[in-house]
Amino acid sequence: MSDAETTGGAPSRAPLPRWITGTLKTIGSIAVTMLGLVFITFVIGRVMPIDPVLAIVGERASKSTYDAVYLQLGLDKPVIVQFLYYVWDVMRGDFGMSLLNARPVAEDIARVFPATLELATLGVFFGIVLGVPLGVIAAVRKGSWVDQIARVVALVGYSMPIFWLGLMGLLIFYGKLGWVGGPGRVSIFYEGLVPNVTGMILVDSILDRNWMVLKNAFSHIVLPASLLGYYSLAYISRMTRSFMLEQLSAEYITTARVKGMSEWDVVWKHAFRNIRVQLITVIALSYAGLLEGSVLTEIIFSWPGIGSYITTALLSADMNAVLGGTVVVGLVFILLNIFADLLYKVFDPRAR
Amino acid sequence: MTLWNKTLAGATMAVALSFTSIAVVAETPANMLVIANRIDDITSIDPAQSFEFAGSDVNQNVYSKLVNFDPLDFSKGYVPDLAESWEVSEDGKSITFTMREGVMFQSGNPVTAQDAEWSLRRAVILNKTPAFILTQFGFTPENVAETIKADGNKLTITTDKRYATSFVLNCLTATIGSVIDMKTAMANEVDGDMGNAWLNINSAGSGPYSLVAWKPNESVTLQAFPGYYGGAPAMERVIVRHVAESASQRLLLEAGDIDVARNLNPEDIAGIRDASGVKVHEELKGRLMYLGLNQTHPILSKPLVREAFKYMVDYEGMQNSFLNGQYTIHQNFLPATYLGASDENPFSLNIEKAKALLKEAGVENLEIEIGVREAQERIEIAQSFQNTAAQAGVKVNITVGTGKQILDRYRARELDMSLEAWGPDYPDPQTNAGTFAYNPDNAFEAQGTGYLAWRLGWDTSELNPLTEAAVTEVDRDKRIAMYQDIQQKFRDTSPFVIMFQQIEQNGLRDNVMNFTMGEAISAADYSKVTK
Repeated sequence: MSDAETTGGAPSRAPLPRWITGTLKTIGSIAVTMLGLVFITFVIGRVMPIDPVLAIVGERASKSTYDAVYLQLGLDKPVIVQFLYYVWDVMRGDFGMSLLNARPVAEDIARVFPATLELATLGVFFGIVLGVPLGVIAAVRKGSWVDQIARVVALVGYSMPIFWLGLMGLLIFYGKLGWVGGPGRVSIFYEGLVPNVTGMILVDSILDRNWMVLKNAFSHIVLPASLLGYYSLAYISRMTRSFMLEQLSAEYITTARVKGMSEWDVVWKHAFRNIRVQLITVIALSYAGLLEGSVLTEIIFSWPGIGSYITTALLSADMNAVLGGTVVVGLVFILLNIFADLLYKVFDPRAR
Repeated sequence: MTLWNKTLAGATMAVALSFTSIAVVAETPANMLVIANRIDDITSIDPAQSFEFAGSDVNQNVYSKLVNFDPLDFSKGYVPDLAESWEVSEDGKSITFTMREGVMFQSGNPVTAQDAEWSLRRAVILNKTPAFILTQFGFTPENVAETIKADGNKLTITTDKRYATSFVLNCLTATIGSVIDMKTAMANEVDGDMGNAWLNINSAGSGPYSLVAWKPNESVTLQAFPGYYGGAPAMERVIVRHVAESASQRLLLEAGDIDVARNLNPEDIAGIRDASGVKVHEELKGRLMYLGLNQTHPILSKPLVREAFKYMVDYEGMQNSFLNGQYTIHQNFLPATYLGASDENPFSLNIEKAKALLKEAGVENLEIEIGVREAQERIEIAQSFQNTAAQAGVKVNITVGTGKQILDRYRARELDMSLEAWGPDYPDPQTNAGTFAYNPDNAFEAQGTGYLAWRLGWDTSELNPLTEAAVTEVDRDKRIAMYQDIQQKFRDTSPFVIMFQQIEQNGLRDNVMNFTMGEAISAADYSKVTK
């Protein structure tokens, strides 16, 4: 009896390790999602009632000038061909040239995205630091005045127009009290004093050990970041409260209390431990929302971020910039989701 | 410490950290001018391509031209700049400029007639949006070698026919007339673009400032050019920061973090009038707001109906309410401060007269559609007109749309009426006369969409010869009289109900002197500013 007969046929291949299949699935998922995103954005860009040629040449241009730019933009080609060209370029990291300022869109995004990243990161930090404890306390002291205050804080955060809050914040803390810096990332006199390494001025000033610029930049970012943080806080605190209430009513919590465990340990070592995975999702979504660019905050605070970049591009019919910005935001969303998935595996053995 | 106390302490510290008092600088340096402006319209700094307001402001300060305006007295008209003098040939078709000696570009290269020749030829050859300002004189890429020629320190330009010298020179004060440092630009040429890609984001001029950096939607930084032939400006650095929101500009101005706020809305202008340390600076700009009556409409084309509509507008009511100092009544196609502009404003709201005119025309129960772009002030003007027209028995249906939607229908003659704004392209009366009062072929097939008169389907055959004559009249006073005459005929007969001229209101720190936005004929100039 041959070996082949013993094993019952041709030797079967060993299955790929789970991490490889997992990685391949993730890459496939990203590719399909990105393609869908690019397709939808591209289609929206084509059906919008704005004329990119007119945006460039102006409404008084002659027909010959108009036609020349029309051809230059490749708008004479079938839409599907334009789309395929675009996908090919995006795959190479080329979002094309801004139709209006004639610069590579990728360069523009590399300039504005760090500003948003810096602002959103600080904002979500404030949201977590304040929102999570507030939600936990509101759950532990359900129905008490603390819970009521937490509810009002969240309600105000949900319902107040950010435009109004931002202007009020500027008026009080900048205009009247002079506690913080005004609109812009730094005061004008500090512009260009530190080398642009990461594009995030707090980080760049630390790298350059320029503490004056750091101090000034912090005075400018603290208000818009607090404002964004407040909105994150409202969302994170309410979700935390809800998750905690569910855990605190579980039998294992009653058992822990009966065993004489301290309230601190019951809340933080047992109940809170079990909501971490859910909280990661909430925080990731909140962070992604801020990274999309909080357009109004960026406008009020003259913050040159990706939100105002995409909005300005949209209003100017600069579709290359709109598409590039949207693709980057979509990519960030996807990466954050992947990061959240990885954290699940760290905190929850069942997800491994 | 209880759970509550621990958490409360942590949260309090976090809040305190968020609102730590950090002193902010409250005054701009004495040698620096800081401006808040909306600069998201800048698409290029190249003089051959730039055609937006904020871009014109940059170019005005970075480039010199053959002739220019005196920023301290625009009423003088064009004055010598890089050309110290000029002569006009007997046939009136050629102008020979003598270049000023000893002028340097910011690069250190001397300014020569060859640079001027190359700059004008380049603008024609590149044929970007503003090129029509030069090509209307018959310059083409094929003939510029003959029609724009330098010889030694002289430059001669030869037009295709005789034009008013003031017309040609006024056009050369536009951004496209800037003289570029040929050597620097050509050193950065890519694929035969004559330095266009490089000049889109860099400068090569001989003006009072050089461009340090333009960050789109963020800031423009200018540095004084110590070798400027007119003397180094007092403001060694000018920073224009993009601040979109009026309230933010006001806060920055009142806090002393900026010197000039360019985009304050009427409420914020009113708010700073009594504030200490700031002042309001007003200048008339060239933008006109008008109603256009489609002359392919069987009723709106009646002369009596056209006249009636001019009495259906509450000019004063709008000026004194929601337009609130941002516009002034002006009923002529030449903006005030333009050569030959008329200050006659004969129309006012008169419902009874409008009714009588409509009755005389045999018009009853008229219902029309007006196209309006989605901008607050325009919608309010349209609503005011809708109200007063209803009093005269005319039902007006307002269609609000995006700029493209309304413009497309306007240019296709599809709207009964349009509420539009128009800003002049260059500082000569021909810029508006040539579009409001001139329409060489009114046939739909002619597609003369560049002429406002064509868009309304208005046959201007009576005004065409007058406009053509005015543009070739060499005598300045006669030319003024000719435009006065055209404007009077236009007011009486045209289907344009011109209502308002824009007033630009800026907020300034009260120590800022000699700042100008360029009035209706030029752009902002920082070279004479002191603090």
